[in-house]
Amino acid sequence: MNESPLPFFASGDDPGASFVDLLRRVAPDHLPASDLGGGTRSTPFEVTHGTTIVAIRYADGVVMAGDRRATAGSTIANRRMEKVFPADDYSGVAIAGAAGPAVDMVRLFQVQLEHYEKIEGELLSLEGKANQLAGLIRANLPMAMQGMVVVPLFAGYDERRGHGRVFSYDALGGRYEEADFQATGSGGVHARNWIKAQWSEGMTRDDAVDLALRALFAAADEDSATGGPDLIRGIYPVVAVIDRDGYVAVPDADIAARANVLIGGREEGAGL
Amino acid sequence: MPFYVSPEQVMKDRADYARKGIARGRSLVAFSATDGIVVVAENPSRTLYKISEIYDRIAFAGVGKYNEFEMLRIAGVRQADIKGYSFAREDVNARALANAYAQTLGQVFTHEMKPYEVEILVAQVGATQEDDELFHILYDGTVVDEQGFTVLGGEAERIIEVTRDRYTADLDHGGAVRLGAAVLSTDDTPLPAASLEVAFLDRSRTRRAFGRIRGDELTAILEAS
Repeated sequence: MNESPLPFFASGDDPGASFVDLLRRVAPDHLPASDLGGGTRSTPFEVTHGTTIVAIRYADGVVMAGDRRATAGSTIANRRMEKVFPADDYSGVAIAGAAGPAVDMVRLFQVQLEHYEKIEGELLSLEGKANQLAGLIRANLPMAMQGMVVVPLFAGYDERRGHGRVFSYDALGGRYEEADFQATGSGGVHARNWIKAQWSEGMTRDDAVDLALRALFAAADEDSATGGPDLIRGIYPVVAVIDRDGYVAVPDADIAARANVLIGGREEGAGL
Repeated sequence: MPFYVSPEQVMKDRADYARKGIARGRSLVAFSATDGIVVVAENPSRTLYKISEIYDRIAFAGVGKYNEFEMLRIAGVRQADIKGYSFAREDVNARALANAYAQTLGQVFTHEMKPYEVEILVAQVGATQEDDELFHILYDGTVVDEQGFTVLGGEAERIIEVTRDRYTADLDHGGAVRLGAAVLSTDDTPLPAASLEVAFLDRSRTRRAFGRIRGDELTAILEAS
């Protein structure tokens, strides 16, 4: 079957349901770069960084949110960057760290999950998806050693257990399941503290979305690399909700309305 | 013992062999409907599918030897995912995939010990019904670009005969499912939900158009009129 334009493999060499293994065999140069080359210790140019992301578990699922700012050194590289993506119908991934490799990683992760689903005829378990992402981060290790660290959050609705789950990662691909919430990126500490003070078991979807927005606002207040709501240009954080019915991005108009209430509240001395 | 066999005879023997294998299995029909493409197969199994998703707007279906069309299906998913990842999702199309299948089946038919005993369908739902594409690919690599509906399998001639009179382009997906259940049956009673596998490429979906119609939903469609 060597003459076929389709990818066929000998039984010992078959990549199975893994898209990454498939690419490695047929088009390895299409995989994300895993090394800057030349024994580089650090990049000679400013790398674009995505900043603060949060994931919060609530009664029926999880909320994920990210600010819109990307920075390169002290410059604002992008005001409209999106950092929260659907991984598949029932899970999402948010990115912080070196933006280039992070966006590549998300794209590969999305195809990896869909490819598995189509080849095997069923969805991976949520835990299986979380482990797949850990593998992609591990493959980025040489880049991480050169300063291009990618630290995503992964969250989703676990159909088998019937609740939302949040996973965080370190630069080495270490995977940690969070009990209730997590925030990472440059403003992550501020966001996390805010969530820690306000989170409660069994929160509603609305309260969790508001808490995510407040946490990002708090982070933007303290961290210059995190962007707050931009009322002049109408740029607001990206927020997604994942529950039994799947991944849904909260509409911009809804976020704008909530952000305005939030800012109104602040002017009256409540909240921040 | 003959020392020479004419190429004509070799090809004819191979074609007969493939056709016999395909005729042993059950048939499958696909319709272009107003709201999408419907594929209906006679298949009592709930787990070994004949119809599957290849990509956002593309479905695959096969009749004949399961392991052979399953291998082709997986190769198609791989090809489509590689192309979509390397270029863009909108660059993946049914025509290129049908050509790749045709080349593969043609190669196997002339060069391998035995031909594949399969017929396959590559269907792509378009933005409008005029843009729907149904590529029917035979065991020897012949590609037919079908209009409106197509039938795969050993009973194709009989089924085409009865479908031709009853298919119209203004069927919706429910009507197409019922027509499929009726024409696949060898007597006058439509096949029941339990012996059907049905998939629908929904024209209105923005990304992945493929979905299976089964269980209560399928029963309800079959009982409606």
